[in-house]
Amino acid sequence: MNFAHDNHIYFYGGIHPDDSKALSASEAIKDAPLLDKYTVIVGQNIGAPPKLLVKKGDTVKKGQKIAEPAGFVSVPLHSPTSGTVSALTDIVGVFGTMASAVEITPDGKDEFCELQKLDWETATPEQVLAKIADAGLVGMGGAAFPTAVKLSPPKTKKIDVLIINGAECEPYLTADYRLMIETPERVLRGAAIFAKVLGVKTIMVGVEANKPDAVEKLRNAGADKFGIEVKSLRVRYPQGAEKQLIYALTGRKVPAGGLPMDVGCVVQNVGTCAAAADAVCEGKPLIERVTTVTGSKVARPGNWRLRLGTPISKALELCGGCKDGVAKIVSGGPMMGLAQISLDTTIMKSSSGILVLGRDEVAQYANQPCIRCGKCVDTCPMELMPGPLSLYVENERFDLAEKEHAMDCMECGSCAFVCPSRRPLVQHFKRAKAEIGAMRKARAAGAAAKGGKG
Amino acid sequence: MMILYSILILAGLGLVLGLMIAWTAKMFAVEQDPRVEKVLSMLPGANCGGCGFAGCADFAKALAEGRAEVGGCPVSSKEAKGMIASFLGLAVSDSVRKVAVVLCGGSSSLARKAAEYNGISDCRSANLVAGGAKGCRYGCLGLASCARVCPVNAIEILDGLAIVHPELCIGCGKCVKACPRNLIKLVPENAHVHVFCSSRDKGADKKKVCDVPCIGCRKCVKAAGENEMLVEGFLVRTNYEKPPANDLPVRAGCPTNCLQSGFPLAYLKKQGGMPGEKEEKVA
Repeated sequence: MNFAHDNHIYFYGGIHPDDSKALSASEAIKDAPLLDKYTVIVGQNIGAPPKLLVKKGDTVKKGQKIAEPAGFVSVPLHSPTSGTVSALTDIVGVFGTMASAVEITPDGKDEFCELQKLDWETATPEQVLAKIADAGLVGMGGAAFPTAVKLSPPKTKKIDVLIINGAECEPYLTADYRLMIETPERVLRGAAIFAKVLGVKTIMVGVEANKPDAVEKLRNAGADKFGIEVKSLRVRYPQGAEKQLIYALTGRKVPAGGLPMDVGCVVQNVGTCAAAADAVCEGKPLIERVTTVTGSKVARPGNWRLRLGTPISKALELCGGCKDGVAKIVSGGPMMGLAQISLDTTIMKSSSGILVLGRDEVAQYANQPCIRCGKCVDTCPMELMPGPLSLYVENERFDLAEKEHAMDCMECGSCAFVCPSRRPLVQHFKRAKAEIGAMRKARAAGAAAKGGKG
Repeated sequence: MMILYSILILAGLGLVLGLMIAWTAKMFAVEQDPRVEKVLSMLPGANCGGCGFAGCADFAKALAEGRAEVGGCPVSSKEAKGMIASFLGLAVSDSVRKVAVVLCGGSSSLARKAAEYNGISDCRSANLVAGGAKGCRYGCLGLASCARVCPVNAIEILDGLAIVHPELCIGCGKCVKACPRNLIKLVPENAHVHVFCSSRDKGADKKKVCDVPCIGCRKCVKAAGENEMLVEGFLVRTNYEKPPANDLPVRAGCPTNCLQSGFPLAYLKKQGGMPGEKEEKVA
């Protein structure tokens, strides 16, 4: 498949996997019926997990704050429905480790608490930013970084471009696509709101060229009115990765170890934009999101608006359950998603998809030796050398791995996808990043101790 | 004549160069503590790094310079430590030899798996992927990260469970650092009774994922002498400061067989011995 696209700058490397989006692309977003229980994981964002405000037995309204931010890089959490807090428990989280959670038993009324609307066009940027922070918004593309923090760059960084990420380059996922074609005006309004907070004039929406109807809808929904440029991008994974997207749209290269704001850009996902529009214009906090439930082993793949705290098992039930021969259930897409060990894990603000794969679709790693073919070097969109890096990790030379910029790896999985030896490269880099992180921490602590003495 | 000149020139050259060598040796002499070599000869020479120095030579140097203590070597016997101490005129701290023990008994046949894992065969890597495949989030992953760092091959992987052979262990502590689940402890050589479980979950939850968990029933605490077994939440631990007698597992009648003397149940089963019959050999 090749589609017309308007960007002439290509990022280095990348892959073109079969996108399998046809499974769920034509399914309209449906609202999930009210469940008899929601188990909302408390720590859903990058940064400090919020501090709980409720205890067992409390009654809560839909949208009521149940946890408040604990620090600058933190967000509040809101109740997905009205009811009572039936327990404070621990469940298996999306990373396979235990996570504390609030169990809410709905009263069936599904009553909103009092919502404070804001006229964003007349309000000051500070008021809008406060509203966004208060709604508990995080990056909904998968990283769950607090949106308000992203929107308040340090004064020294001049931001001049806002990029809205509608690439959705992960195979299988169609949540962002459905959002763009069903409610393009929400996406655009959210983008305009972000631009106002940042004081930015240039706004670009990047959509992969395999979604021409999304580009069309966004353009027709009045993108010009908001001064937003909708651009169709080359179909290439990982086009939706922040740094690759910035490069494709603006030609700016984020330096190694740097952030988008170092080149004057802020990138927001289309899902986050829609949530911001709801948060500001309707006062609705972030309590639900669109999640694609798909895969060859799902009876009826679809796109669902699921509330936070919906167990994966219930989400699968909505789709008619699983077919026989399920081998792996992934939270997120097939490239960067996380394999799950429990179906009790619940939907979080970052859950873009649930993917159910059969035996023949699941990679069986044999961990063969590297044959130094260099395919991974041609593929790595961060222009690293995955092969040699993995050898450093195998020999526990994390110092060398650090020198070769292992920390710049974004774990997109392109290298492992093309590796003829089927080496579990990304897992090696996850290990390296963990070890280097610990090394840096120890070094910083050592330097601090020395500084204290001297 | 020719021969005479040659001899004289060469002899002269030899004399000059010889004097130069003698002079440089005097001028640039490296002061070396003669004791270092002697101490090095008394150290075990395992170069395990357990003392925290770069091998035995470095440790010997540190000892001679007073930067380290004799007790810092985890491998040396008591006699060797005494010899080094008296040679250097230092006090020897009364240290008991320590050996490593893996405080988990959940072998593949005794503990359940939550998922299939087919990534890198290394515990630390596996632990990053959904916390490994094991149902118990505290249990041994059995991918031999500890065995690979052991300098003396004292760790055996038996049915997906790491087992330290105390008679081979030199107590260097490398495995302790390698284990991502912190299951390995250095314990005094004379303590044989261990609770082979490290799970902090509730007893009922542990039972769901493992056949040999410590359910915190405290039978062993009652059967043991005062303060010999310590209760930590839902888990009982041997008090290694004051270890109980080797027959405690037999006396206590541990309902899950996680309390054993010397080796976990999986190993005893393989040896054909019933739980509790192993003391004589180990002690």
